[in-house]
Amino acid sequence: MRAWLHRQSFKPDVTVAVFFGVVTIFFYGSILWTFYMSMTRSTLMPSYELIGFDQYVKLFTNYRWLVSCMNMVIFGVLFIIGTLCFGALLAIFADRRIQAESLFRTIFLYPLAVSLIVTGLSWRWVLDPVNGLQGLMRSAGWESFTFDWLTNPDRAIYTLVIASIWHSTGLVMVIILAGLRGVDNDLWRAIRMEGVPLWRAYLQVIFPGMRPVIASCVVLLMSEVIRGYDLVIAMTKGGPGIATEMPAKFAVDFYFARVNLGLASAASIVMLLISLVMLTPYFYSEFRKRI
Amino acid sequence: MSRAVQVDRPVFGLRVARFGLYAFLIMSAAFFLLPLLLIISNSLKPLEEIRQGNLLALPVRPTFDAWITAWKSACTGLECGGVRPGLWNSIKIAVPSVAISTLVGALNGYALAQWKSRRANLIMLLVTIGLFIPYQAMLYPTVKILSSMGLFRTYAGIVLVHVVYGLPYTTLLFRNFYVGVPDEISRAARMEGASFLRTFWSVILPISTNILVVVAILQFTGIWNDYLLGLIFAGNDNLPMTVQLTNIVNNARGSVSPNVNMAAAVITAIPTLVVYFLSGRYFVRGIAAGAVKG
Repeated sequence: MRAWLHRQSFKPDVTVAVFFGVVTIFFYGSILWTFYMSMTRSTLMPSYELIGFDQYVKLFTNYRWLVSCMNMVIFGVLFIIGTLCFGALLAIFADRRIQAESLFRTIFLYPLAVSLIVTGLSWRWVLDPVNGLQGLMRSAGWESFTFDWLTNPDRAIYTLVIASIWHSTGLVMVIILAGLRGVDNDLWRAIRMEGVPLWRAYLQVIFPGMRPVIASCVVLLMSEVIRGYDLVIAMTKGGPGIATEMPAKFAVDFYFARVNLGLASAASIVMLLISLVMLTPYFYSEFRKRI
Repeated sequence: MSRAVQVDRPVFGLRVARFGLYAFLIMSAAFFLLPLLLIISNSLKPLEEIRQGNLLALPVRPTFDAWITAWKSACTGLECGGVRPGLWNSIKIAVPSVAISTLVGALNGYALAQWKSRRANLIMLLVTIGLFIPYQAMLYPTVKILSSMGLFRTYAGIVLVHVVYGLPYTTLLFRNFYVGVPDEISRAARMEGASFLRTFWSVILPISTNILVVVAILQFTGIWNDYLLGLIFAGNDNLPMTVQLTNIVNNARGSVSPNVNMAAAVITAIPTLVVYFLSGRYFVRGIAAGAVKG
């Protein structure tokens, strides 16, 4: 026994075991527990009597939940496409020996250091119809200028898109820029010799060659979309009405404000499934060779 | 060196294209700077100037009154102590959370890099998935686990949550770094009879300063900017700054004074911005490393 202990102290096994234990209990144990709760009648008080998938049926007949999911899709698609395009453009330009590159990069990246709460509040003030941009234009003499997206139920979701593009573009720029810097000079030389126009070179040669880099950008942005909570809280609180509700907010509201444990757990499990389905292709390509 | 590497990068030859390029970059810069500059400039205005409603106008008579109110007497619901207690709480939460999650992450990362087993990749997969699990799927059980330990809504509780939720991330970053460290270093230490922990502490940690700084900066930014975990797990006495800030802004009782709210927002953003500006290169390297392999 002593000898065994002595041998262990030279190996990483114990550390790995402890770490893996913590991950298993806190992450995977919690998920199982949440899944169990979602199969029960629990409301204010947890109940451990299983009732099958009733909570899921309730969830998908809940209008607010359906709106939340729809919002997440609209928000997610626009945000991911917008951030990718904007970030890729900035990365291309930053890769072209521009003056003051580091100044530009500092400016494009600083939003990443700002919390989503402050981001949301700032944009809420800028886009406020009375005191923000619209009021400003009107008081400057353009009486008919209208930019009331923040308080317009059909448009409010787009203000969230603007604010999160503002927050995340720098991230995409840095990652794609790192990829561009890794492109072989011979490739560029060949492209120049062939006389391929630049935009085609990027779209058909450079970016297709950087597929793993772009995939990790998409994965990161996607997990931001699914987790999106802070920004909604700071900017619209889900309103006007329920126009900007999101699944993450739905789950937290039903856990803590409306105290309906079963329904909230079902919502959380659906969120988890959505993220796993979205991420499967990525994990498959990352880990296929290794396991 | 980067110049030499880039020699073959095509450059827009035409003047017009070059001009367009800079026009685009400058407009983008304006887009990124706009919200921050606007709230800073408006937080320096006295209330009468705010009421005139010109968001873009620079303050005519700049004053720090709004900052002082935001700092020590703005109301968050029942209390009127400004963001000052929030700042202290955030520091109290962030410092140990960052230190512990970084150091433990380094130890785990090193252990995983050293662990020669066919199951190592499976563990990596499970840990990587852990990064992407929505918090909502773990919140309630975490509340229960902490309650059973008597730590729910306590200072130790919120630190523990930040450490545990941060571990997969820090571990992965360190593991990716240590996989690239030559094995000879650890082997030499082991030949001398140094135990695993001893090797980690006296041989590995001293050569890890760069990655330690990178991970600590990322963790600090994440923990300082956290809202949800603080709201749920910190308890009323330890609410972090982000939560105090939203309470001040959403406080219906106090008179509406946008300049105070904006000052409070700026004060909340200052610590992470300072870290970002002081550590630019590390910060960039960190997100690139964390993102590409994470």
